[in-house]
Amino acid sequence: MSELSTAVPSSQGVSLWDDAWARLKKNRLALLAATFLILEVLIFFLAPLIAPHSYEVQDLERTMTGPSWRHWFGTDTLGRDLFARVLYGGRVSLTVGILASMVSAIVGVIYGSISGFLGGRWDNLMMRVVDVLYALPFIFLVIILMVYFGRNFMLLFVALGLTQWLTMARIVRGQVLTLRHKEFIEAATVLGIQRKRIVFRHLIPNTLGPVIVYLTLTVPAVILEEAFLSYLGLGIQAPLASWGTLIKEGVDVLDLAPWMLFFPALFLSATLFSLNFLGDGLRDALDPKGAKD
Amino acid sequence: MIPMTRNRWFISFFVLWNLVAPGPCVHAAVSQVLHLGNGTEPKDLDPQTVTGVPETKIIQSLFEGLVDKDPKSLEPRPGVAESWKVSKDGKVYTFKLRRNAKWSNGDPVTAADFIFSWKRLLDPKTASEYAYQGYYFRGGKNFNTGKTDGSQLGIKSTDPYTLEVTLENPTPYFLSLLYHHSLYPVHQQTVEKYQMRWTRPEHIVSNGAFLLKKWQMNKVIIVERNPTYWDAVNVKLDSVHFHAIEKAETEEKLFQVKKLHATATVPTEKIASWTQNASGVLKRHPYLGTYYYWINVNRPPLNKPQVRKALALAIDREKLVKFVVKGGQAPAESFTPPGTGGFQPQAKLPRDLSRLNEAQALLAQAGFPKGKGFPTIEILYNTSEGHKKIAEAIQQMWSEHLGVKASLYNQEWKVFLDTQHSKNYMISRAGWIADYNDPHTFLELLTTGNGNNHSGWSNLNYDGVLEQVQKEISSKKRLELFQKAEDILLEELPVIPLYIYTRLYLLSPQVQGWYDNVEDIHPLKWVWIQ
Amino acid sequence: MRLTYLLKRLAVMIPVFFFVVTLVFFMIRFAPGGPFSSEKSVSPAILKNLEMKYHMDEPLVRQYLRYLKDLLKGDLGPSFKHANRTVNEIIAEALPVSVELGLLALMWALVIGITSGGLAALKPNSPFDYIPMTFSLLGICFPTFVVGPILVLIFGVWLEWLPVAGWDTWADRVLPSLTLGFAYAAYISRLTRGGLMEMRVQDFIRTARAKGLTETQILTQHALKGGLLPVISYLGPALAGIITGALVTETIFNIPGLGRFFIESAVNRDYTVVMGTALLYFSLIFICNLLVDIVYALLDPRVKYV
Repeated sequence: MSELSTAVPSSQGVSLWDDAWARLKKNRLALLAATFLILEVLIFFLAPLIAPHSYEVQDLERTMTGPSWRHWFGTDTLGRDLFARVLYGGRVSLTVGILASMVSAIVGVIYGSISGFLGGRWDNLMMRVVDVLYALPFIFLVIILMVYFGRNFMLLFVALGLTQWLTMARIVRGQVLTLRHKEFIEAATVLGIQRKRIVFRHLIPNTLGPVIVYLTLTVPAVILEEAFLSYLGLGIQAPLASWGTLIKEGVDVLDLAPWMLFFPALFLSATLFSLNFLGDGLRDALDPKGAKD
Repeated sequence: MIPMTRNRWFISFFVLWNLVAPGPCVHAAVSQVLHLGNGTEPKDLDPQTVTGVPETKIIQSLFEGLVDKDPKSLEPRPGVAESWKVSKDGKVYTFKLRRNAKWSNGDPVTAADFIFSWKRLLDPKTASEYAYQGYYFRGGKNFNTGKTDGSQLGIKSTDPYTLEVTLENPTPYFLSLLYHHSLYPVHQQTVEKYQMRWTRPEHIVSNGAFLLKKWQMNKVIIVERNPTYWDAVNVKLDSVHFHAIEKAETEEKLFQVKKLHATATVPTEKIASWTQNASGVLKRHPYLGTYYYWINVNRPPLNKPQVRKALALAIDREKLVKFVVKGGQAPAESFTPPGTGGFQPQAKLPRDLSRLNEAQALLAQAGFPKGKGFPTIEILYNTSEGHKKIAEAIQQMWSEHLGVKASLYNQEWKVFLDTQHSKNYMISRAGWIADYNDPHTFLELLTTGNGNNHSGWSNLNYDGVLEQVQKEISSKKRLELFQKAEDILLEELPVIPLYIYTRLYLLSPQVQGWYDNVEDIHPLKWVWIQ
Repeated sequence: MRLTYLLKRLAVMIPVFFFVVTLVFFMIRFAPGGPFSSEKSVSPAILKNLEMKYHMDEPLVRQYLRYLKDLLKGDLGPSFKHANRTVNEIIAEALPVSVELGLLALMWALVIGITSGGLAALKPNSPFDYIPMTFSLLGICFPTFVVGPILVLIFGVWLEWLPVAGWDTWADRVLPSLTLGFAYAAYISRLTRGGLMEMRVQDFIRTARAKGLTETQILTQHALKGGLLPVISYLGPALAGIITGALVTETIFNIPGLGRFFIESAVNRDYTVVMGTALLYFSLIFICNLLVDIVYALLDPRVKYV
């Protein structure tokens, strides 16, 4: 009798998630990105414990000093520790990014699922609206909103979120259209389960995959938009400062204190890189046939 | 020009490429074309309706009023008016206009032009924001507020070249006032024919040393020497380019590469490096203006004078000026800038924290020992990095020295102004530049009912003192009364003066005929390029 | 058939247009802060006169209808802040500047993007591939307002090769358009590389290779058309991005374009200019997207529009 060294295949099927997870693990770049992001979030979260200085205490006699043992990233124009400010700025940027992305996800998912589920004329109409709205440069509306209605935090991330929901809606709708015809949905309909329940309990959870992928790709877009607004003077209000605010302050004194631009820009780019890589990786993992760039 | 920082990596290429690359420069052989950085794009060039500094600079080159100012001493000298007489009671001025003053289309400048222009200033239909400059004329206020028509105004002409002006009160600084652009003449026919579009280059008619040649919005306004100007023979510049540049950093860079002869300002963080540059390019001189904070005296606990005083005394103005504002400004020890109209106010506010103990005691007296129980103060400022930094520094100081917490918020300029007018704030940043060289322009701000009094403070004693001043002719008495007003003001402190403005800007050494003075007036008629 | 598609798209634009007009109109009117606040405050009588001059004393709906009526005549109204100009005049001066800036930026984006992406596809996994692709990643993650000032510092102040600001000579145009186009060059580079790589494994390419054509010939004569499709479809969002990104570029380089007017008028509550510029932006982007779709349809025979 020959001995088989290979394991006996289990009779369990491989779920979509396990399959995706396996593929993801092979993508080293994406894993690296994910690790970096997790580390970042941890560090930012623990900022009050880690940072040796406060982010707001000014040392007026030590403005614009370069990196040193005392101030690892140097100080800014009011003598505040840049290391602390970059960490706290990260908290703000990431928070805005995540909150706004969640807003876009919620709106997009609900809209897309309803459209896909209803199908027919309603779907047509709703997608037409999306097509048209796609063309509109929402950033102008956001600028107008920010200038006129004051810059409170909630308005900011809701407005930013609303510039991004369209793609999400399209993707979810596509998913839902496919799922609609699957047996388990048909079974549910036959069983007489309410439409609302079908949408929320059965369809939406199955669209989560692509939603998560696009969430990771929306966050960097929002963070960049917030930085854009900050540069124009319309983003987060002082005393909060996001990376965008720090970059703006750094650009103004670029030739005198380049570290003020260097460190926030470095963190911003690294975070954006990682999010993009992670998002790409997730997308590949969930849909290997999809176009790679 | 700037000291080499440790970040210049490309020095080796610099010399080689400098020979090859085209570099539009302005140091061509004595070209008399002056390039000035002028800040924001002007709203208009109508002398009676504009209010901003960028507009004023251009209008001063295009138009000329009754009097001109000596560029060094700022004494009034003949402009369109050749000579003048003042009555004994100081209320009636008679001006004799020169016969050779002409408009750019050849028409002579006559007394009728001034009467038309000043009526236009006061006419409610013009809706001029500077109409109150005309309140010095008898009947001016009544006309502007609609109580009478223009026929009751105290200005008349007996012949085309004689202008007689009757004032409401003897106003010692009246001649100085006439230099203000709102009192410049405009050409009646042109204004009536083209209405709101009369200032366009193709329509405009003016009487000053220069003519409006070109106006590219958000870019540049070009004026050229005016051959019909009565003193054209003394004007040396061929043309002036007023560049509309919003960002101070951009302006500074353009100056560095020699595309501008002068900037409107200097970015705060660059002040230090320009100061070290010994070529004298950085111009720094006192300016008649005060940077201060309004206090809304109707908002408890700011309604208690002890609280206000505590807040005022707990600010280290020296440090503020030295490390935050950085322009060599003087810490404010009074509200009126020293030297305004010859007035030297006594120093009542400390430059540093020498009276901190007193401040802490006052706060405790008011019921908030060590800041306990004190509500969070909101500091409002209009969007700008500079104001933000100052507010942040003060927030820090109050927290550290008094235990008082403050929160900051900023608004766009327009909203900011509205918030101030409607008194929807607790503490708000502000600045006031003198409209004319007399302490009255600062102290009248705090009188009851003054449209620019945003604090809600009203003190009848104070009002009384200032009313008396208006009726005084003796300058000695006037100065005494002004001191009395300052005393009241600095006891009650509806405002917290922070520092006295300094004019800071960059000027190329090639520019001649340009003199430092407290009103920052540099008539381009006398300027030339070496 | 294409014509009906075009007409349909344009027809949709009209209700959207009016929706935007209404939205922006009421949004800015409801905001706090009117156009006539200023440092030296205005007496109530003067304020009233100013408001009457600009019809602001009329009920909002009346103002709105008045605005619509003028709009249909092509009249965008007088500027509130610049008393001697109409909005039409302001736009007429500023639009050509922004269009020029945008087209130059697009040119940089396409030239740099396609050549670098094409090179990368030609020699994959070589330095020709890695270097451009790294730069392209940088381009995607560094915003315009970081790239711009750095370029100005290096090329304008230190080297003095190029002007730091302004819009007069041809040299003035280089840095701003490069700054603006940089991020899009990055994207286009990646898309080109991706698209061409996909093409490479197609059957008809293998046939061409078997026939003995060189790689370069294959690339330019056969693969390019199909490979550029992703780039073409990206052009829509790219143009939209260039148009909005110009806001910051114009501020950095002091360029008298539409973007600066938009921001300035928003901050100053110059209502008519805000409306006019916002409407113009919406129309521009809409038209750009339409054009891009048409070009795409022309290039890709697989696409049919109902």
